[in-house]
Amino acid sequence: MDLLKLGALELGQKIKDKEISVHDATSAMLDKIQADGDIYNAYISVFKDEALKSADEIQAKIDSGELTSPLAGVPMAIKDNICTKDMLTTCGSKMLYNFKPPYNAGVVEKLNKAGAVILGKLNMDEFAMGSTSETSYYGVTKNPWNTNHVPGGSSGGAAVAVAANEAYYTLGSDTGGSIRQPCSYCGVTGMKPTYGSVSRYGLVAYASSLDQIGPVGNSAKDIAAVLDIITGKDKRDSTSVECDCGNALASLTGDIQGLRIGIPTDYFGSGLDNEVKEKVMAAAKTFESLGAVIEEFPMPIVEYCVPAYYIIACAEAGSNLSRYDGIKYGYRAENYDDLYDLYLKSRSEGFGMEVKRRIMLGNFVLSSGYYDAYYTKALRVKALIKKAFDDAFQKYDVILGPVAPTTAPRIGESLCEPLKMYLSDIYTVSVNLAGLPGLTAPCGFDSNNMPIGFQLIGKPFGENTLLNAAHAYQLSTDFHTKKPEGGKNA
Amino acid sequence: MKIDNQLIDYVAALSRLEVADSEREGLIKDLGSIIGYMDKLNTLNTDDIEPMSHAFPVRNVFREDKVIPSVDRELILQNAPAKKDGSFKVPKTVE
Amino acid sequence: MNYEMVIGLEVHVELSTKSKIFCSCTTEFGGDPNTHCCPVCTGLPGVLPVLNEKVVEYAIRAGIATNCEITKYNKFDRKNYFYPDLPKAYQISQLYLPICQNGHVDIETSKGTKSIGIHEIHMEEDAGKLIHDPWDDCTLADYNRCGVPLLEIVSEPDFRSAEEVTAYLQKLKSTFEYLDISDCKMQEGSMRADINLSVRPVGSDTFGTRTEMKNMNSFKAIARAIEGEFNRQVEVIESGKKVIQETRRWDDNKERSYAMRSKENAHDYRYFPEPDLPPVEISDEWIERVRSEQPEMALEKQKRYQEEFGLPEYDARMITGEKAMADFFEEATKLTNKPKEVSNWIMGDIFRMLKELSIETSHMKLSPDNLAKLIMMIDKGTINRNTAKKVLSAVFDDNADCEQYVKDNGLQMVNDTAAVEEVIKKVLENNPQSVSDYKGGKQKAFGFIVGQCMKELKGKANPAVVNELLKKALS
Repeated sequence: MDLLKLGALELGQKIKDKEISVHDATSAMLDKIQADGDIYNAYISVFKDEALKSADEIQAKIDSGELTSPLAGVPMAIKDNICTKDMLTTCGSKMLYNFKPPYNAGVVEKLNKAGAVILGKLNMDEFAMGSTSETSYYGVTKNPWNTNHVPGGSSGGAAVAVAANEAYYTLGSDTGGSIRQPCSYCGVTGMKPTYGSVSRYGLVAYASSLDQIGPVGNSAKDIAAVLDIITGKDKRDSTSVECDCGNALASLTGDIQGLRIGIPTDYFGSGLDNEVKEKVMAAAKTFESLGAVIEEFPMPIVEYCVPAYYIIACAEAGSNLSRYDGIKYGYRAENYDDLYDLYLKSRSEGFGMEVKRRIMLGNFVLSSGYYDAYYTKALRVKALIKKAFDDAFQKYDVILGPVAPTTAPRIGESLCEPLKMYLSDIYTVSVNLAGLPGLTAPCGFDSNNMPIGFQLIGKPFGENTLLNAAHAYQLSTDFHTKKPEGGKNA
Repeated sequence: MKIDNQLIDYVAALSRLEVADSEREGLIKDLGSIIGYMDKLNTLNTDDIEPMSHAFPVRNVFREDKVIPSVDRELILQNAPAKKDGSFKVPKTVE
Repeated sequence: MNYEMVIGLEVHVELSTKSKIFCSCTTEFGGDPNTHCCPVCTGLPGVLPVLNEKVVEYAIRAGIATNCEITKYNKFDRKNYFYPDLPKAYQISQLYLPICQNGHVDIETSKGTKSIGIHEIHMEEDAGKLIHDPWDDCTLADYNRCGVPLLEIVSEPDFRSAEEVTAYLQKLKSTFEYLDISDCKMQEGSMRADINLSVRPVGSDTFGTRTEMKNMNSFKAIARAIEGEFNRQVEVIESGKKVIQETRRWDDNKERSYAMRSKENAHDYRYFPEPDLPPVEISDEWIERVRSEQPEMALEKQKRYQEEFGLPEYDARMITGEKAMADFFEEATKLTNKPKEVSNWIMGDIFRMLKELSIETSHMKLSPDNLAKLIMMIDKGTINRNTAKKVLSAVFDDNADCEQYVKDNGLQMVNDTAAVEEVIKKVLENNPQSVSDYKGGKQKAFGFIVGQCMKELKGKANPAVVNELLKKALS
């Protein structure tokens, strides 16, 4: 039995059955991470000693019957923008190169309670701003299917760690596609839950009205189990809500007879790569064969989603990232003349180019004279996007579409043309603007053997429907079981 | 929307960011193309549409007026680049 | 040419909630630097605000008391600016939908009653404190005050004199004290005013260019600052120059204002809706509940004192001018059931001593039960009124127990008739001339004899008793 190739739930069961110890599973993962070295650069920090120590503590609690979660003892890792008490939390930025939060994020508390072994913190685009995981101060993360390609972003590390068997599951964050798109590029399953279903307390904010933490794993079933751990109201996050969550795993029947699936034709326009289109349409056929009812419908608002998204996201980002000023935490420039100069130099030296670009865009769209034309306009378009989804969900249970227009681009191709990179977020950002749940699962490969995923979009708090549809799909297909060989560039 | 040096300087100052000479030209081009693309929204009629700041009808989330002891000062200051006498130390700002 | 001043005020009032507006840290004044802090109020990455319901409740109270419309659908907005006293680099405030709008407050001045418009009242968080460190020539940031809830009361530009401004500030202070939502201590900064002032020729109906003087925190300094800035602007205009729109700092020692440095760019606060806080909807039921629980305000109290206790209007107004004094009056009245007597002591000796010693009512040591004891001692004839005045002035400083003081200093009146008769007998024996004068019809002589008796009794006898016994002895 290859310990590394087990799914998270499978491992959890074997730990429960005393076939495998938490310590052995943790060691196996730590060894794999070490053996991989910096081939993929999925991790920013690995907490080796802490992980081994907590493995033993968790084992004892499992043995005593105190821990009963199906994922108790399963080693996992967390995106580096989620606060871990007294452990480095960098957000992939020089700005937070030495930041150790004095508190745990809400999701980290929940993971600890469920007996998760935290292996370390995952690489990401700086402050979650990017679609490639190339903007991290701690180096580029690489796609295990071909290391000349990006893994997608911003939760690149979270997708790569699962794809390359460096963690059984991970947590990422998704502001405009940051979980779904790297999952699609790396051939793993991931979900952005409904806004408010997972606490944002301790998630370092990029765009507060859009950010949401979500799981990445090897199957819909695995991420359903993770979702059961992390969802729920947190009094410390005013936007988190009481929801009928926590029963995702139990709700998976694999039966999607009569499920109404809508396919927005505007998601399949000229910008979409043919191979991606083919595989997503093939997935639609599979759903149909499983009893779902497929229907196409127009959704012309899609072309306005990217500009509305970037206006809103950057506006919030500009404000959220103002607190990094070299005074309370993080990087402070060595030489400065006065307070103003301290701000300028610390921020200019501490932030990378993509972050600076978005801060400036955000301050532009909010500045006097431009606020109504850009920011208020974007909020009106957001209302229209929300309405378009509300209307669609009158007719359909879920919406099926692509995740990204292409498979993973080569490293270095995207950053030189930011606008082009932004445009590649076209199928994912609307889900964040409308606050909906979105799921990505693998559905094939292109001619270069790079993974392709489909996206399912659900009604607010319709996570279980999405997970069950993906689960049904994965019961009858095996794309989600494919793993890259060796990982060296093919 | 024309992005020029003056606007870049204004926005950079608001952002407390320096624009190096080597970055300036690229920034004008990139921001110009992105903001130009944002202008696309003007082709969509949004008359009579209320701006939507919060997507869900969550209202009135409150906390009870109850004091919980503050955290240890060391934790508040532990990440500060410069501190003195239990305070964050900054360049002279007030007389 | 004659000029008039046009003033609008922005008054910040710290609310007396127990905990801060967005976290559970204490709002207590002072404390060692950064000891009333948590990750939320110091703006650590990843933390989020959660609104204290009491703040909304207090804002509604303030709005009702200042005749405002209460906004049903409220949002918070972020006001973005960099400054070391603002750890998030934005202040959570309300710009687009403030909680109270379109109110007014009536003030009394020497020219009569005037109505001052309230443009809006909004909720926001306070910033921290910056202290200059002379040894290192640097600044130290203390975030204890960060997140203390504030109401900002924005008036219309309705003021035409410093007197009106002072009357308005006194009125706001009194109102918020009665509402029990702020202690309004100017010297501790829990009430601060920004003054927007412009001048124009009398009769003009356009506004001149205004300047702003921020964070003024004493009534006297405010009055001086207004006069000073008015004179400065008139001089500028008379000399043919233009007033510049700017923020100025009033130096109360030098009695002049200075333009503040504006090295950094102009104010462009980039307000936008706070995404971390859901909107607040205030129902009619909520407003009505607050209205029904609204405490009795100064004017209502004044009328009640006139009707219920028969106090003169002037006295009732003076006593209700500050909640602390009204509370004192009511408590002492409850203990003595002698409202007029209590009122007389307040109007006379107490107000005089507060003024002479420059003590604020809220800091007065004298307790209502101590005054009640004093009044009851007079009532029982234990001491007379003159002695009582002396006792009050002796215990006013430290609230020493009146009864004990009288006992310790042997000030009780002699009510023992036998003792008084003894003294009378002695005095009559020693003053045969006066006795015969009196008997010969000289009324004056009676007064002399009473005086001699009182002297002998060291003033501690009830004069009525002495009179009566003396008449008996002489008849």
